[in-house]
Amino acid sequence: MEQDTLREWEYKCIQEEPPECTAACPIHVDARLFVKEMGRGDREAAFKVLARTMPFPGILARICDHPCELKCKRLELDESLAIGLLERSCVELTTGKVRVQLLPRREQRIAVLGGALAGLTAAWDLLKKGFGVTLFEQSSQLGGSLRELPNALLPEEIINEELAILETLKGDIRLGETLDEARFEEICREFDSVFIDREAIAGCNLPLQLDDRGDVFIDAASGATSREGVYAGGGSRDSGTWSPINETLQGRKGSLSIERFIQKANMEAGRGNDGPYQTRLFTNLNGIASTPRVQPANRSAGFSYDEAQAEAERCIQCECLECVKSCLFLERYQAYPKKYARQVFNNQKVILGAAHTKNQFVNSCSNCGLCETVCPTNFHMGDLCLQARRAMNEQKLMPASFHEFALQDMSHSNGEPFSMVHHEPGREKSAWLYFPSCQLCASSPGEVLSSYGYLRERLNGGVGIMLGCCGAPAYWGGRDDLFRESLATVRSEWQKLGSPRVITACSTCKSLFMEHLPVMEIVSLWKIIEEQGLPQEAGEAEGATVVVADPCSSRHDPETQEDVRRIVQSLGMTIEEIPLSGDKPECCGYGGLMFNANPKLARDVVTRRVATGSGHDYLAYCAMCRDHLAAGGARVSHLIELLFPTIAGGDPAARGWISWSERRTNRTRVKQALLREFGESGEDEMNSYRQVSLIVSQEVRRRIDERRILEDDIRRVIDHAERTGKRLLNSQNGQYRASLQSENVTFWVDYTPEEGRFTVHNSYCHRMKIVGVKS
Amino acid sequence: MSVSNEATGWSCSACGGELEIMKVGFTYMKGNFEVELPACRNCGMVLVSEELATGKMADAERILEDK
Repeated sequence: MEQDTLREWEYKCIQEEPPECTAACPIHVDARLFVKEMGRGDREAAFKVLARTMPFPGILARICDHPCELKCKRLELDESLAIGLLERSCVELTTGKVRVQLLPRREQRIAVLGGALAGLTAAWDLLKKGFGVTLFEQSSQLGGSLRELPNALLPEEIINEELAILETLKGDIRLGETLDEARFEEICREFDSVFIDREAIAGCNLPLQLDDRGDVFIDAASGATSREGVYAGGGSRDSGTWSPINETLQGRKGSLSIERFIQKANMEAGRGNDGPYQTRLFTNLNGIASTPRVQPANRSAGFSYDEAQAEAERCIQCECLECVKSCLFLERYQAYPKKYARQVFNNQKVILGAAHTKNQFVNSCSNCGLCETVCPTNFHMGDLCLQARRAMNEQKLMPASFHEFALQDMSHSNGEPFSMVHHEPGREKSAWLYFPSCQLCASSPGEVLSSYGYLRERLNGGVGIMLGCCGAPAYWGGRDDLFRESLATVRSEWQKLGSPRVITACSTCKSLFMEHLPVMEIVSLWKIIEEQGLPQEAGEAEGATVVVADPCSSRHDPETQEDVRRIVQSLGMTIEEIPLSGDKPECCGYGGLMFNANPKLARDVVTRRVATGSGHDYLAYCAMCRDHLAAGGARVSHLIELLFPTIAGGDPAARGWISWSERRTNRTRVKQALLREFGESGEDEMNSYRQVSLIVSQEVRRRIDERRILEDDIRRVIDHAERTGKRLLNSQNGQYRASLQSENVTFWVDYTPEEGRFTVHNSYCHRMKIVGVKS
Repeated sequence: MSVSNEATGWSCSACGGELEIMKVGFTYMKGNFEVELPACRNCGMVLVSEELATGKMADAERILEDK
């Protein structure tokens, strides 16, 4: 990933966009944070938020015409937050004083002509920027039209107190100045740049171009007048639309232009958001209760302390976080995609150090795409993580532990124990090819065999079969080399069979083939069954209600989702639809190899789903969804178990969890059964370790499975220990302990030999390699 | 990494020798470590306890993987 790609990703996430109130505010006061502090009852902190952006907060907070309130999201629910009243209440009830942080002094001197609000703002800003400022005012006091406001709203002493800050900042204030053409020319010669407050120079006849109304003409974006180095603003009062906050904006714009003029910087660059603009932030209002605005008991006095706090608590603190709210992975790492994009980038670019600690994060995403569906701007965290995984592999920085188990499982599926391709027995042509998927064979071998029988019975032209893996683990792991290799094999075998139509029983296989092997015509098993009718043996489940658990890989496949629902209904069941279905299914924790790289997160994802379930049985049509939900304690069956029951009248939803060892055995069983049917050798090749017979309690089976230890791994350890005598003996309980390093993992087993069999008491593993004993 | 009580009571089945605390070298993700563990002086067999494998070793693996 390069910098510009990072920027594109960052821009896509809108969480850091300002809320409506801030975007609508001409000077972009952080009203959301201000209100938050008020809601906490921390007026001093709230005042500091105002003072960060507002000049003369004691004045402006009392009189601001609060255009922010017109854009407040609460307007869509009830009434906007009373931001204006809250600001007033803050400055009335706090003793906060403005502490101005001055920038280093600069040698340039700026003249400000006119001391109404625009001119005062320009003077304030320029002093803060470190310029020497001289303020020329024709009348005997500063303030202009501020002095005409009701004293109850803006007391005289507040104006004097606030404006005194200019003197504290060493501003040179000249009152009673005559501002005619000659004096103006003098000032232009004497100062490096000039700001004119148009309210305060009425009748001065300055030698500048005028606009239609007779005001000094200014460029709307920068405030530039017809003379170089002279900027102007303010004076909207005469047009009958005087707005204190807009006067402030005009002064602020002018001071920024003057700074750029002095620095000879680009006048336009990066000023698109000067003044009010439309924010991109999205805030979901679902579930937010309507609450009327708090009305001050004494209207003219404004909010009391308690009233202000109660009103501030109505603020919904606008933010997006749509994806984080729906994804445990995004929630768990305590940030949001914009920050994640930066972290992923740093992880990729910075090889060592604190920034490089996101390997597990990058590999924990399930690539399910739910974030993209719920995101107002379609941010797909899976795409971001996938490119990072590919880069990690290319740089040889991918820790083996993240995907090794899953890739070995894929290798098992594509190897001798499972992989095979065959025409229908007795035929030499295939109009169809059944690709039941490695994981469905691993979970429901008997049902897969029955479904193959069904397809041969109902479809004409021959139904061949291909056992193997579609390559999803390699794809998810960012192993493009393995993925391409796997796809190429599928493609060439399919072509050898005469390019038949492919029937998939797994949504992941279907979506991957459709995207990466578009030359293949794909149809789901469920579509065939929906069209050809239910198998004879299909179980009757009249009256039962099930929750259809759409797999994440069916997100963009509404046709399959509908086929499945029609089948479920024709079985006599009622469907309870849940929010996370259709285009919003959540992954079960297998997708993206989350289960391998971050097993705890994958367990939590399922636990949360099961805990928030309605109590009705789940009906899955993805083998991994079935198995993961079952491991999480849910009652769940796979559609294929209802259509092709292996035990009549059985309760497939009670089948429960199965181990990775059983999964491999089941796959091999499917292949062996087919080979026997095809009249070929159905005997499994027997390595010496395969003859080691184990006795394993249910508790130990579950524990070792969670540690991703296969019973074959245990057989290898015991076989090695028994053949070589390399084992440790525990004198207290008579158990042996032996270990064997197999590729990257060292497996340990505690066992006791018993009449030719071996009772397994425990097994564990680690990835650190033992180099040896140092003498 | 420390030696837990789980290490007591074990002997080497190959030579019958008692295990002694010895320095054992480990390597992972380009990192090299030395840990004192019970091991057989004659046969070089090492005892890694479950507590060590699933505790401190797993933690160290996780940290190294994120580096």
